[in-house]
Amino acid sequence: MTRRESGTKRRASRRSGASAGQWRIHLILVISVALMVVPFVWEILTAFKTNNEVSSLPPTLFPANPTTAAFETFFATVPFWMQFGVSAASLVMRVIGQVLVAALAGYAFARLTFPGRNVLFVLFLLMLMVPSQLFLIGQFDLMKGLGLLNTLPALAIPGMFSAFGTFLLRQAFLTMPKEYEEAARLDGAGTLRTFWSVMLPMARSMIAALAVLTSLYSWNDLLWPLIVSPAGDNRPLTVGLASMQGQFGTDYPTLMAGALICTLPLVIVFIALQRQFFAGIASSGLKG
Amino acid sequence: MSSSVVKPVRQVRRRTGFAARTDWWAYAMIAPAFIGLAALYLWPFLSTFLKSFMNVPVFGPGEFNGVDNYTKLIGDDAFWRALGNTALYTGIVLLGIPLAIVFAALIQQVSRGRAVYRVLFFLPVVTLPVAIGMVWRFILNGDFGLLNWVFSLVGIPGQYWVADDRFTIYAFAVVGIWMGLGVNLIILGAGLQNIPVELYEASSLDGANRVRQFFSITLPLLSPTIFFVTVLTTISALQMFDLVFIMLGSVNNTAIDGSKTIVYLFYEAAFVQFKQGFAATIAIVLLVIIMAVTALQFRLQKKWVIYD
Repeated sequence: MTRRESGTKRRASRRSGASAGQWRIHLILVISVALMVVPFVWEILTAFKTNNEVSSLPPTLFPANPTTAAFETFFATVPFWMQFGVSAASLVMRVIGQVLVAALAGYAFARLTFPGRNVLFVLFLLMLMVPSQLFLIGQFDLMKGLGLLNTLPALAIPGMFSAFGTFLLRQAFLTMPKEYEEAARLDGAGTLRTFWSVMLPMARSMIAALAVLTSLYSWNDLLWPLIVSPAGDNRPLTVGLASMQGQFGTDYPTLMAGALICTLPLVIVFIALQRQFFAGIASSGLKG
Repeated sequence: MSSSVVKPVRQVRRRTGFAARTDWWAYAMIAPAFIGLAALYLWPFLSTFLKSFMNVPVFGPGEFNGVDNYTKLIGDDAFWRALGNTALYTGIVLLGIPLAIVFAALIQQVSRGRAVYRVLFFLPVVTLPVAIGMVWRFILNGDFGLLNWVFSLVGIPGQYWVADDRFTIYAFAVVGIWMGLGVNLIILGAGLQNIPVELYEASSLDGANRVRQFFSITLPLLSPTIFFVTVLTTISALQMFDLVFIMLGSVNNTAIDGSKTIVYLFYEAAFVQFKQGFAATIAIVLLVIIMAVTALQFRLQKKWVIYD
């Protein structure tokens, strides 16, 4: 791709005068980015050291004798795959639930006429503005009452119904041209059919953004899993990793190896789906 | 399919004739979201509100005790300490916003490598906060942490950043800024895209240099986005929990007592000590604080945010 092809690129280079002068900006950015990734680099380097090497001064930059012992200790003592499975299953449940529930409700709020629409929508908006801690006690009581503590459904259920998704997809449906919908109706499609075959596919970029954001919250969430699934077989990676700290204390190579392994899956997904991540963040911020 | 030739025509008249008529399907479509909202959000919210006026034992029903929880909270030194910590943390984390504005503007200026910069700045956002807390706890370690070693090279005395509660909040804030930069950068970058190029071209003709353009064009036109980012950052900083738990709480660090945030206090009361009534009071007070701060920001925006 040449520089002239894309509008934003042209705009950028024009704004900065000559692109030849850009090396100074690059220099600042490269130094900043290098500082940004120091913690990651240190994490990786440490994971290949021995505990002795890590706790001696002055610290070595590169591992003296690179070893994968820390990874072996991690996999031998932490039920990684089980916790990975729990995190992944809860993520899938949350994403599918959230997208379906939010798309149905978002479409109805955006495009259908019915008594009580505004009152109901205001309720959704109100809940969107309340910080999540206000719901935790009641959600915990509900999960406890249903006998779901320390189970997968307890981890996933509240995240399937957040008002945030409904709000986001309502916005998406509002911006769509009415013509497609009217054409579908003219062809005899009913409400559900119009929604499912015409409108839903048109909302797919916003749905992708919602799915990605939901995945991000789900994978990284600590507080809720800590409350409903603090121990046992249904701990997700976040809780497992946090409790690993008590187990390994100051064995930093093992801790860094664990942190690295648990972080990798989402980082890989992010690298593959950058556009969706950025679109989701830009449209809503991290927390709605 | 021969009858379908006639059928649409009939439907056209019916649909267009009653365009604004109630669509009963709407209730079925909203039902799942509404049931979830009622059971998992509305009811918990109301029950938290009620419990804030109750003494709730671990077993058995609670009983109303008026505003006892609130007076107890106001007289609790730990609460004021946590409030101070949360305020200090939030104040410092907000300093990350100017940083994000500068980086967003710089990335906007370059024609190559934007995607790479964005991805690298964004990495902390997609990293487990638990992992972030662990890595930083190691870097900030007083005995063999990377930071103290770098400081020793330039003659700055090292500190026990995460074991001495005089420093813990500052340590959290540095990590908080580092974590939040990626999100703010993306939102601000989207705002920058909306500033018309013509403005820059016109001011270039008038002889304005880039620094001047930044202050007289970029900042004013970006101010609505900056406001949005400020509100989001404030709200999430006021709810900080993860770093306190990972860097101190889960490792039984003694600095925890002086380093708690409001949400950490809430977590402890509700799910470690099982004092639901008192915890509910903390949550309600947090809600009031967040609403007050947000309302204040909306009032103040009139003084500095420029809408067309």
